Amino acid sequence: MNLEFTPEEQAFRDEVRAFIAENYPKHLADFGMREDMAREDFLAWHKILGKKGWSVPAWPVEYGGTGWTPTQRYIWSEENARASTVMPLPFGVSMVGPVIYTFGSEEQKSRHLPGIVSGDVWWCQGYSEPGAGSDLASLKTTAVRDGDHYIINGQKTWTTLAQHADWGFFLCRTDPTAKQQEGISFILVDMKTPGVEVKPIKLLDGGYEVNETWLTDVRVPVENLVGQENKGWTYAKFLLAHERSGIAGVARSKRGVEKLREIATHETLDGAPLIKDFDFAKKVSQLEIDLAALEITELRTLAGEQAGKGPGPESSILKIKGTEIQQRLTELTLEAVGTYSAPYMGGVSNDNSNEHPVGPDYATHAAATYFNMRKTSIYGGSNEIQRNIITKMILGL
Amino acid sequence: MDFNFTEEQDMVRDGLSRLVREQYDWETRRKAIASTEGWRPEVWAQLAELGILGMPFSEADGGFGGGAVDAMVIMEEFGKGLVVEPFIPTVVCAGGFLKHGGTAAQKEEHIGAIVSGSAVFAFAYAEPRGRYDYADLETTAKKDGAGYVLNGHKAVVIGAPWASHLVVTARTGGERRDRSGVSVFVLAKDTPGVTTRDYVTVDGRRASEVYFENVAVGVDSLIGVEGEGLALIELVTDDAIAALCAEACGAMKVAHAMTVEYSRQRKQFGVPIGKFQVLQHRMVDMYTAYEQAVSLTYLATLRLGSDEVERKKAVSAAKVGVGQAARLIGQEAVQIHGGNGVTDEYAIGHYFKRLTIFDSEFGNVDHHLKRHVALS
Repeated sequence: MNLEFTPEEQAFRDEVRAFIAENYPKHLADFGMREDMAREDFLAWHKILGKKGWSVPAWPVEYGGTGWTPTQRYIWSEENARASTVMPLPFGVSMVGPVIYTFGSEEQKSRHLPGIVSGDVWWCQGYSEPGAGSDLASLKTTAVRDGDHYIINGQKTWTTLAQHADWGFFLCRTDPTAKQQEGISFILVDMKTPGVEVKPIKLLDGGYEVNETWLTDVRVPVENLVGQENKGWTYAKFLLAHERSGIAGVARSKRGVEKLREIATHETLDGAPLIKDFDFAKKVSQLEIDLAALEITELRTLAGEQAGKGPGPESSILKIKGTEIQQRLTELTLEAVGTYSAPYMGGVSNDNSNEHPVGPDYATHAAATYFNMRKTSIYGGSNEIQRNIITKMILGL
Repeated sequence: MDFNFTEEQDMVRDGLSRLVREQYDWETRRKAIASTEGWRPEVWAQLAELGILGMPFSEADGGFGGGAVDAMVIMEEFGKGLVVEPFIPTVVCAGGFLKHGGTAAQKEEHIGAIVSGSAVFAFAYAEPRGRYDYADLETTAKKDGAGYVLNGHKAVVIGAPWASHLVVTARTGGERRDRSGVSVFVLAKDTPGVTTRDYVTVDGRRASEVYFENVAVGVDSLIGVEGEGLALIELVTDDAIAALCAEACGAMKVAHAMTVEYSRQRKQFGVPIGKFQVLQHRMVDMYTAYEQAVSLTYLATLRLGSDEVERKKAVSAAKVGVGQAARLIGQEAVQIHGGNGVTDEYAIGHYFKRLTIFDSEFGNVDHHLKRHVALS
């Protein structure tokens, strides 16, 4: 057992760090991800990485993966967090991509995987419905076979960044008579198909990150069915486990704690830097300790994956703790900026004001980010659902 | 980066696990801790035979060349069985002082005896008014001719009733809480002037109040440099904290498993209580806390050889996180066991008690959170 990088790993870290420094778009430097960015800004780094062959590190090499060890992947995400890069979005890279290369047809693989690797095709996820949240398997959107097509009808919701999407993957009911989980299919839909309508939902932070997606008599060729008809729930669960393993966000949170410390060095309390206040510093230390624990837990999970175990129910721990820490971080950041947490700067999507924000720059988004991050314990299977998964799969109750 | 155990470490774990299972069953343990001696010297002899007591010493010093990870593996198994035998005071603490600060003669005299099981040590560092500050000492050691004279009172010295030797901290100079002026001594417990008041601890171990009244020792009793002992004490107690965290992890693992099993057996309202989501989620939170505690224990153990700040931060992080997990898991385990959880008969209460006292050893959650802040 040891925590040290080998000389080869150190060389890899230097290579990655240099590559980021030389190739990451300057206008997006130290920016982080913001939901109001233009489509091309979201995709800029993805496309550069696609050309380099680094956009889908975790994939099998034959489909574009890098063949990196878990430690190399850890270094990769650390270095990207260090530079606050806008990483490739998960919908293609971590969600539908692995489903297609694991369960899809050869034709689907050759048609869809290259666009995910290159960053040319934007995917969105059609899972949740107004009546099917945590109880996802109760979904009502139907796909009815009509010759060589499925006719899809229904309403999806919380479709993240669907306003930019070229393609979507949808869970649809194909057998209304079967038991809930057994009548669902996993279908790929071209978002330009007639009958697909995307309507933005305004969120607490003033931004438009998610949408309602209406599907009205949408005709989709049967070859867009992934795997077998009525087996979609299996693929959906597979996807959720993959989604959870990246969800811990350890490297980003570490960078976030650094930024929090910077803010607390500028802010003052009783004439001294806020970070010198023991009550506040104690909360930051507690957060760092929880984060250190999560980091090792994630590395243990990665080591297990390297030893041949796929992401299992342990990834639910990463989801719960990772999101709790992300939320705590935004909560402490909000607390640190103090009174300047209050001014509303027109929402992050509203750029019709040329006025400089009031208060320090670091305060501008503190409240919006705090509000926005409440989503993390709700999405990807709420943290309560994660507890149900652990109950069943690990405690065996 | 590597999270695998070596084949030897797996063998140590399997061997100890068998020993605890076969010879440390609940009834045997109950009788042993209630006996006059309060421990089982024959188990200690077996640990020596298995090479456990010599594990963390280098081969040059007469040991088996193991390290902190081996101590972690050993203490995790001890924690699972609530083993009371004094591995940490003897091997990790006294052994650590000898390894890091002992002269060739001191190593020669003591390490072989530790490895063979013939010498048992206790570490007398705490004082009635010192709380968790190793430098807050009222015990003094005054230079006197060719040696020192010790006077003072050491508090809650774990394992002292069983010990043949003591490692003692005392002030040789400076003011009460100064970082300098702290020294470490090793001496036989039967040195004239040493008296003890022995007692049982709430978690089933034995401890003593140890009094020093004009105890004369030679210079060969001093470990390390006179007046510069604090850094050495911090180094050794960080080793001890990592091992202690491993012990707590073992105890938490069992406490959690017992609770899950109990929830499967115990029926109320016509169903096993483990079917209730309100209890399921609490047991999941216990499990998550346990896994996070294991991670922090790994981190602390693997950072024991790092530079001082990194080492201390990792160790304090572990003592905080494991301490919090120990409290949560202990309290929840008792709650989910219902009335049975507060009886002496059920094992779970004894795990709870051990996990409770864990927090007060070598600094509690608040103390280590403070140390973490100071280093950040």
